[in-house]
Amino acid sequence: MSDQDAPAPADAEAEAPAEPTTPPDPAREALADALRRDLGDGFLEHANANGDLWIRVSRDCWRRAAETLKVKHGFDYFCFVSGIDWLENPELSSRYEAVYSGDGGSGEDGGDEAAPAADAGPTLLGDRVAGGDTRFTVFGRVFSTTKKWGVTLKADLDEANPTVESWVTVYRGADWHERETWEMFGFQFDGHPGLRHMYLPGGFEGFPLRKDFPLLARMVKPWPGLVDKEPIPGEDDDSEQQGEQQEAAAT
Amino acid sequence: MTITEAQQLAYISGQAAEARVRFELETEGMTLNIGPQHPATHGTLRIVVRLDGEQVVWADPVCGYMHRGYEKLAETRKYQQVTTLVNRIDWLGHFANEVPFILAVEQLYEVEAPPRAQWLRTIFFELARIANITLFLGEMGVQLGAFTPVFYAFRDREHVLNLMESVTGGRFHPNFDRVGGLKDDIPKGWVEETKAVMNKVRDFCDEMEDLLVGNEIYEQRTRGIGVIPARVGLEYGLSGANIRASGIDWDIRRDSPSPLAWKECDWKVWTHTDGDVWARYWVRLQETREAAKIVDQLCDGLPSGPIMAKMPARLRVPKGEAWISTENPLGEMGYYVVSDGGPSGPFRCKIRTPSFNNISIVPWLLRGVYVPDVISILASLYFILGDIDR
Repeated sequence: MSDQDAPAPADAEAEAPAEPTTPPDPAREALADALRRDLGDGFLEHANANGDLWIRVSRDCWRRAAETLKVKHGFDYFCFVSGIDWLENPELSSRYEAVYSGDGGSGEDGGDEAAPAADAGPTLLGDRVAGGDTRFTVFGRVFSTTKKWGVTLKADLDEANPTVESWVTVYRGADWHERETWEMFGFQFDGHPGLRHMYLPGGFEGFPLRKDFPLLARMVKPWPGLVDKEPIPGEDDDSEQQGEQQEAAAT
Repeated sequence: MTITEAQQLAYISGQAAEARVRFELETEGMTLNIGPQHPATHGTLRIVVRLDGEQVVWADPVCGYMHRGYEKLAETRKYQQVTTLVNRIDWLGHFANEVPFILAVEQLYEVEAPPRAQWLRTIFFELARIANITLFLGEMGVQLGAFTPVFYAFRDREHVLNLMESVTGGRFHPNFDRVGGLKDDIPKGWVEETKAVMNKVRDFCDEMEDLLVGNEIYEQRTRGIGVIPARVGLEYGLSGANIRASGIDWDIRRDSPSPLAWKECDWKVWTHTDGDVWARYWVRLQETREAAKIVDQLCDGLPSGPIMAKMPARLRVPKGEAWISTENPLGEMGYYVVSDGGPSGPFRCKIRTPSFNNISIVPWLLRGVYVPDVISILASLYFILGDIDR
């Protein structure tokens, strides 16, 4: 727990960056310094957050960073590789607002957050751990079973051509994870032995975990929570009374 | 040593005879589909194996028959609603799935559950582990042709499920963990009942040891089969009992800081150096005993107090990213949660499931083994399909 007031008040501004950063740890700082020496310009930023070391490297250094960690620093355990699409999907969030806080009249905090997302168009989420500003980020985690802590590596990818070197030659387990990331985000992994579909049928088009890929099931049918919406207990009494009135009116 | 001419001729004619036989009886490789519906696959995993005679030359697991897209679905749900989804990932280790996700959200929200909630969480977590591994201990016998153990397993798992049901109302999907604590407190008399059940669990472990571990047929089918060297296992990201059976002394419960109450108990992490099917079974057997020990100790020292921190009804998680993993029954399960600071659910929720990595070693591991051993190796890796496909 840091010195920030917790729990955060419900009406706090969304912009307030609240990254729980732990104080610098000598072992992790030493590793960050060593890696900075090894990678040179490829080492962009690091953060020591949530008990893990988070390092952002350039995409040219993606594989080399993992190799250095494994060979020189003993990070022998491969955890996962995946991606993030940082596009804020206004359509998604506004639909959400309509369902959850809009029409029912429980205007506790309904008005203020529907407004900024609706007309601003697609924006990218900022304030990321270890920085970065592109739309796509590939990230992976490796762990040392001797040191008992791990490193999360991140690399920003080009939006038009999200390509990065494969980790398969470093960690064999990366094979399936990269197949999944390729399938879900459309990232290309250079040097991967065969990017085949992992989960989806062969002819599937589109990349489901990208933010501009619509969740069709949710578009054709409204969220069932809308129908049997109950007032949340412990919320302000007005909305509950309103709900009761509506129920009374309906019957 | 000199070789006589007669010996040389005999050798050549022997080679020629063998070549003739090979030519005449040449085996055409056969492709065999194990699954999608096969009892050894715990769901719908299909494994395509290419056989040469009785030996596997090439194996390729085909996933995706149960892909439900939880990472995408989580993005359209609120934090409180995601636990419903993650319950269904590893359906045998029900409650254990919820914990890392809730811990990640709590870390982002900078709230900690009160001590009683943490202790109860740990108890339920270990109960989930017992319910999960109990089934494995019995199931392993079925895969090798011994039917009795699985009936004992189902019988004794029932006690644990009843315990979960009496607290949460759900046998398989408790959906009980909340951001900031637990939904409810335990009913009266639950602690005593739990301790009685733990004795039954210990008896069950002894029974399994009698039935299987000492059995000669069982040993022949499992000793030296499917050996995973530690280095290879780590590269593939094997975790949990699978890697502890290869001699890696690593348990997230012990080695990583966690708000849960494992550090309050006296227990041991068991490892085995063999790395074969037998070792994986043995490590899980010990793990179940340790889990029962942990539950006993936690029941004795259960602190009183509230079970829920003060939380607003409408959760607004500050911007940030968190990664939390825990030692689930199947291995390391982790959630990478990104919050955009808005009132809706997670912006991105990467779910790292243990079985996905545990099964990714199969193409490497099955090369060269015999067909009957395929079944015992798959069973010993112990995967849950929902845990692979998410």
